[in-house]
Amino acid sequence: MFRQLTPYMRKYWWAMVIAPATIIIEVLVEIRIPILMAGIVDQGIPGKDIGYVMKTGAVMVLMALLSLVLGTVSSRFASIAGMGFGSEIRRGLFNKVQEYSFSNIDKFGTASLVTRLTTDVSNVQMAFMMVVRMIVRAPVMLVSATVMAYYINSSLVTVFLAAIPFLAVMLAIIAVTAFPRFQAMLKKYDVMNGSVQENLISIRVVKAFVRSGYEKEKFKNANDRLMKASVRAEKILQFNMPIMQLTMYACIVAIMWYGGGMIMAGSMKTGELISFISYVTQILMQLMMLSMIFVSVVMSRASAGRIAEVLSEKPDIADSGSGKDPAVKDGSVRFEDVSFRYQQSSEDNILSHINLEIHSGETIGIIGSTGSAKSTLVQLIPRLYDVTGGRVLVSGKDVRDYRIHDLRDAVSMVLQKNVLFSGTIRDNLKWGSEDASDEEVEQACRAAQAHDFVMSFPDGYDTYLGQGGVNVSGGQKQRLCIARALLKKPKILILDDSTSAVDTATEAKIREALRLNHRDITTIIIAQRITSVCDADRIIVMNEGEINAVGTHEELMQSNEIYREVYDSQQKGVAD
Amino acid sequence: MPGPRMATGAKPKSIRKTLLRIGGYVVGQKMKFVLVVLFVLISALANVAGTYFIRPLLNDCIVPMIGKPVTAESLQPFVRMIALMAGIYAVGVLATIAYSQIMVRVSNGTLNAVRNDLFNKMQDLPIRYFDTRTHGELMSRFTSDVDTLREAITMGVTQLMSSALTVAGTFIMMLFLSPLLTLLIVGMLVIMTRILKTIGGRSAGNYKKQQKAIGMANGYIEEMIEGQKVVKVFCHEDKVRDEFQELNESLRQSATDANFYANVVMPIMGNLTYVNYAMTAAAGAALVIGGRMDIGSIASFLQYTRTFSQPITQISQQLNVVLAALAGAERIFEVIDAEPEGDDGCVTLVNAVRNEDGSLTETEHRTGTWAWKYPHSNGTITYTQLNGDVRFNDVTFGYDEKKTVLHDVTLYAKPGQKIAFVGSTGAGKTTITNLINRFYEVNDGEILYDGINVKKIRKDDLRRSLAMVLQDTHLFTGTVRENIRYGKLDATDEEVIAAAKLANADYFIRHLPQGYDTMLTGDGSNLSQGQRQLLAIARAAVDNPPVLILDEATSSIDTRTEALIEKGMDKLMYGRTVFVIAHRLSTVRNANAIMVLENGEIIERGSHDDLIRDRGKYYQLYTGQFELS
Repeated sequence: MFRQLTPYMRKYWWAMVIAPATIIIEVLVEIRIPILMAGIVDQGIPGKDIGYVMKTGAVMVLMALLSLVLGTVSSRFASIAGMGFGSEIRRGLFNKVQEYSFSNIDKFGTASLVTRLTTDVSNVQMAFMMVVRMIVRAPVMLVSATVMAYYINSSLVTVFLAAIPFLAVMLAIIAVTAFPRFQAMLKKYDVMNGSVQENLISIRVVKAFVRSGYEKEKFKNANDRLMKASVRAEKILQFNMPIMQLTMYACIVAIMWYGGGMIMAGSMKTGELISFISYVTQILMQLMMLSMIFVSVVMSRASAGRIAEVLSEKPDIADSGSGKDPAVKDGSVRFEDVSFRYQQSSEDNILSHINLEIHSGETIGIIGSTGSAKSTLVQLIPRLYDVTGGRVLVSGKDVRDYRIHDLRDAVSMVLQKNVLFSGTIRDNLKWGSEDASDEEVEQACRAAQAHDFVMSFPDGYDTYLGQGGVNVSGGQKQRLCIARALLKKPKILILDDSTSAVDTATEAKIREALRLNHRDITTIIIAQRITSVCDADRIIVMNEGEINAVGTHEELMQSNEIYREVYDSQQKGVAD
Repeated sequence: MPGPRMATGAKPKSIRKTLLRIGGYVVGQKMKFVLVVLFVLISALANVAGTYFIRPLLNDCIVPMIGKPVTAESLQPFVRMIALMAGIYAVGVLATIAYSQIMVRVSNGTLNAVRNDLFNKMQDLPIRYFDTRTHGELMSRFTSDVDTLREAITMGVTQLMSSALTVAGTFIMMLFLSPLLTLLIVGMLVIMTRILKTIGGRSAGNYKKQQKAIGMANGYIEEMIEGQKVVKVFCHEDKVRDEFQELNESLRQSATDANFYANVVMPIMGNLTYVNYAMTAAAGAALVIGGRMDIGSIASFLQYTRTFSQPITQISQQLNVVLAALAGAERIFEVIDAEPEGDDGCVTLVNAVRNEDGSLTETEHRTGTWAWKYPHSNGTITYTQLNGDVRFNDVTFGYDEKKTVLHDVTLYAKPGQKIAFVGSTGAGKTTITNLINRFYEVNDGEILYDGINVKKIRKDDLRRSLAMVLQDTHLFTGTVRENIRYGKLDATDEEVIAAAKLANADYFIRHLPQGYDTMLTGDGSNLSQGQRQLLAIARAAVDNPPVLILDEATSSIDTRTEALIEKGMDKLMYGRTVFVIAHRLSTVRNANAIMVLENGEIIERGSHDDLIRDRGKYYQLYTGQFELS
């Protein structure tokens, strides 16, 4: 799964090369310092050569400073590489999501997509930066320190040639044991978070049923389970430090023992022994670093996997249109034996064998109970989903043969779950048409019966809307969404239950305005209220994924039982 | 542009106070904490002492032996010294194991306690608190804030202690070995802290910038992904892509700077330590040549120069994490310190039996008859049967002081009556029901429940006598059976099924894959809206309360589905006092009385037929000439 992320390293590859390269030089410089020190002790002191001592000391200081500069440079490039990588992944993900079809979005869910773009990316980018900084440093340091140690005393090197495999094996055991335990812990963590979220959303239910004691108990159990799992995972990891200490101390003792013997026998000098200990410390520290990198990479694996999932998801609506014959000429729509299901695997069709012809400029009402697939039917027109059987034709051409951009420009859809974005009302409306003039904006708003209330705000069209359009009422929001859709100057306008919060009188005015000023637009209205559709040219009654009946209000009142039932349930008792 | 968003990890306001408070949690686990301190001490001492042994080993055992014949006897002090050194180190390792293992439990115990306190507190907070905050905001107390705290506690506490001890111990040993060289080290240390401070300052500034950029970018991601379907419908992908790239790029720049300053600490400090090392070596050698120091001391001292600066580097590198953790902890404590929902009620709900003379006697077991137990100030106790008679007398209420939502509302509901509220959003319908169960307290006037002022009734008992079905059903993760049982935790299986039958839910439940044991996940997303609503009704039914509040309980269901639920609703409402709030007027037609609310006042009241006849606001609403939203 990490392999899928490698293309995102390409843009900042130079930083990724310079950072480790400077580190290698830094290490090679740094590694010489203890051996110079050995020279001071073994040559300067016995020879009482102050000049030599000072000269060597100065060289050591200079080398340390050089190494400092290199280290700084390397840090800079490591930051560039790490953050650049994160930024590229974030961009890649975001762009990928832009290519997603509705069903791709449904599959992940918006909340999960957001987490993947935020938390998961930052996990991966931190791990990556650590790798860039350390992955070269540690092994180079390890090898060169070993070489230096070997150069000082080839037989004493055996001590840590024995120690290294021991440490490596122990650290590997720790990491391997800890990983599944951490995974188990993360699961418990999700469970606990889930229960908190559920509780917060349902706080009124909890309070109304006086269940806070019960909820506290439930949470305590989840919390305790999390604690147990987390202790189980972390206590393994906590052995890193003592094992590291154990190895280091054992090495020092062994070196003092063998080295002491060698000094006594005259085959080694005191300064060499001191620098030798210094190298041992250095080498073991690097191993420790490697194990830390290993752990953090292992930890970020889950995040990398979740990112890779998003990246490898195939947008299931391919833009295959040639674009040669771009324009959607008129607003006619034809469904030819259309069937649809959300997942290929599921057995039941949501829509089955729909045949329907809508003429350009016609007004169509669609009515039916929840789950009768009204929304699904109209979402096939701008190709928000692709049919699984049959075909949908707009202006006489299969929707799959248009460029998606051209098709959706001509088909304007007001979604049931609609969204306004943070920005001014004008900004929001201009989503429909970026270069719309003020007059056009106002005209659309008048048609959608939004102009008057917009003007009643102190800032008019420049009123700032918070995220999700929080400062307008439900009905106002719906009217703005309709205006936004109208600005697109579409051939086909689809209103998917988009006037539910608008009162019937205003709704009637909107329909009237559409009829007068937008005669040529094919209008498809999905509604709960009979009054919203009763004056349409034709009304379609949907039931369980099939067209139950098509006709005018009068015809359906005569012939269709479902339609009459709905009518009765809404009109019963109104005094005439 | 996305709206401004509070980035996590801003600066903590009062570091001292917050630290003390976290300390309180940690120290709360007394024995364990004492052990941790003890073992950290031993470990640090062993580390310092062990390193010191390099000196006597070299000075007394090795150097004097150079060139001399090696015999078992002459080696004895050497062997003993090595053994002692190994022993000390061994103790050190054991102590490290001990404290790290105990610390895992201490830190997790601390987090567990913090989380428990946080959650328990949230349960006790008034609804008002949740009105003013988003779920996401409160959730982040549990996720990001507790997470950063975890990092700080797990690494911080022991590292801080062991670092401080190591630094102190090392310093003493260095002084002991050579005051002159120590002076050199202290001089370098001053320079090092200067540099650290400069970097730290830059780092903090850039960190803040980074957090702001993260907030902007994440806010944009959230908004656009939420609205992704609209983006697609309007073919706005390219524009959104460009806007995001701008934010992403500025995030990249500030993050690069912030991380640079955080990363650079290590190489700078590490190499300054080498400068130290080099100067110590040279100066030490000079001292030895001048006869004022011995070789063994240099060896120990050089090793100390490394142990001395390492903890300082570590702490400085963790500084941002620690600051972020403290800011997070502060936010957690803000919740824990919030004013809980007060309750000064003394009237409780008890099981009762009716005596032959008509009086009530309290009993332990469930009788199906409930009574309000009212302990008067003069010591007598009276019992009033729970009937479900609700009266509002001149009730005035506002969510905040400035804006009154309800003006002088007076109404009554006799046991078994159905009262409906209609009116546009903000007219005060939901507010009225929220006053009955005391989610909020009235500002003026009184609400009487079976003749008792609700303020005198203990909240839990009051709410237990009312059942609510809300527009948003809110089911919980668990089986269907558990969800229905939520209404009455000790309900038997038979009671659960009876409630489901009453709500007309039994039929569909039996057709679920595992019937009553079907697992519901994600707020019951595997059920249809209508089915969820039926479960919510069954949940209210199992409790069998005398008063029922239906707040827009059916408004998200289409009229045909509603017709199916209607029977269940009618059965549920039978014999109870019911308050109905409905968007759709067809649901309220058969109420005993309908109250039309506007701007917090009851402007019309009467039966459906009365109100239609009067041709007032209700008539307009009913015939669709007026906006309801």
